[in-house]
Amino acid sequence: MQDRNNRHYTRREFLRNLSLTAAAGASLPLLSSCSKEETEDFLQKHFREMTPEEKKRVIAKLEERYQQKYGKKFQISTQAAVPDTFWAYGLELSRCIGCRRCVYACVKENNQSRHDPQLQWIRVLRLKRGNLINLENSEHYYNPDLVPEKGFIYLPVQCQQCQEPPCVKVCPVHATWQEPDGIVVVDYNWCIGCRYCIAACPYKGRVFNWAEPNIPKEEINPSVHYLGNRPRMKCAVEKCTFCIQRVRNGRYPACVEACPTGTRKFGNLLDPNSEMRYIIDRKRVFRLKEDLGTEPKFYYFFES
Amino acid sequence: MRVFCAAVTSLFLLFFFASSLPAIVEEYTPPPMTEGMYPCSNCHASMEVNRKKRELKEEHTDIKLHHAESMRWCLDCHNANNRDKLRLYNGDLINFTESYRLCGECHGYQYKDWRAGIHGKRVGYFAGPGKRVYYLCASCHNPHDPKFKPLKPEPPPHRPKEDHDARSEQ
Repeated sequence: MQDRNNRHYTRREFLRNLSLTAAAGASLPLLSSCSKEETEDFLQKHFREMTPEEKKRVIAKLEERYQQKYGKKFQISTQAAVPDTFWAYGLELSRCIGCRRCVYACVKENNQSRHDPQLQWIRVLRLKRGNLINLENSEHYYNPDLVPEKGFIYLPVQCQQCQEPPCVKVCPVHATWQEPDGIVVVDYNWCIGCRYCIAACPYKGRVFNWAEPNIPKEEINPSVHYLGNRPRMKCAVEKCTFCIQRVRNGRYPACVEACPTGTRKFGNLLDPNSEMRYIIDRKRVFRLKEDLGTEPKFYYFFES
Repeated sequence: MRVFCAAVTSLFLLFFFASSLPAIVEEYTPPPMTEGMYPCSNCHASMEVNRKKRELKEEHTDIKLHHAESMRWCLDCHNANNRDKLRLYNGDLINFTESYRLCGECHGYQYKDWRAGIHGKRVGYFAGPGKRVYYLCASCHNPHDPKFKPLKPEPPPHRPKEDHDARSEQ
């Protein structure tokens, strides 16, 4: 008792207490003017700090909300990474014909906004043959009658799931992180929409919900993962998650299944019998912009 | 006696663990056949074998051979006496569901890659108890004309301006 009375307050402590009081005072009327639901959303914890019960409560809330909005029963998974898995992707450049089937399969599987804003996680670049890696001269609005066109090659680019992800480093609120199986995910509720990660990504792997997403009700995919393809909201950043909702159940990503030429490969780097290990052992592989030190887990390769 | 006991125990353990493992279903896509064609013996059993290279005018008119056609004709791959089977180079007969063995006789590198899941396509599940589905060579390549045909691409993404225009029209 004696101690506290005699305690000498520094100027810094005084200022800190003052700002805390002010913040509490300002937020009280703000919160009281919100509905109960909005307050709950505002106070929702970061996904990695939630207890299993809290996760269950959040899932129940989201399922109810999606049911109202899209008229479908959703299954929202929070499945954690499978032990002994580290995912990687392979793409055979000598086979890609640039047909964009993967782009639209991804849009459908992952509930991306169809228009205003139109968001796509895969971007297929067209490059002059012999001009590979000169990405500045690439074109992704190409629209010929038939593909492949003579004299061009096609280079699909999506999130490269870097092992040293620059997007994760720059996030000021830790709303994006790398999971133990190597997938970089976003907690859409925790994201503040500052778009630092979009600026930091050298592959243009992330897109932003500039407006409330537009998804036709009949096309919605109700089998979702909390960190993956659940419907997003305005002001959330999103990106490829290697179809986290599929691969954690041992199923190939949607783009792999959609490719008509078998260009796209997927596998576990820790499994010596996986397709990815075969490719890395036996094919000529390269990764995009290796000099940046981002260590992507997305391997392009050639027929050899 | 001791050896016998050990053998029995190990057998028992083997069966115990084998039965507790989830059964993994591997499945090949069915070979693409023209509707109503198979079994081929329906017509061919009563026909005389004609090995002559010729233009097919009555039946199979849709088949135009573009697969090293200067060196090859129908009966190099199809078996003459039992048309429901394919014929390997060494004379072994195989079912249409195993056609990849026939393709692999010439395309060895692709066959090796295909068996590892690199050439060609796999869908469904790659781990866990789910069904693995492997595409046959003939699911993607027409065996009589194996070169890939050009495709119409899906529409390009909107340019930023288009998105903006669409919004201001509303």
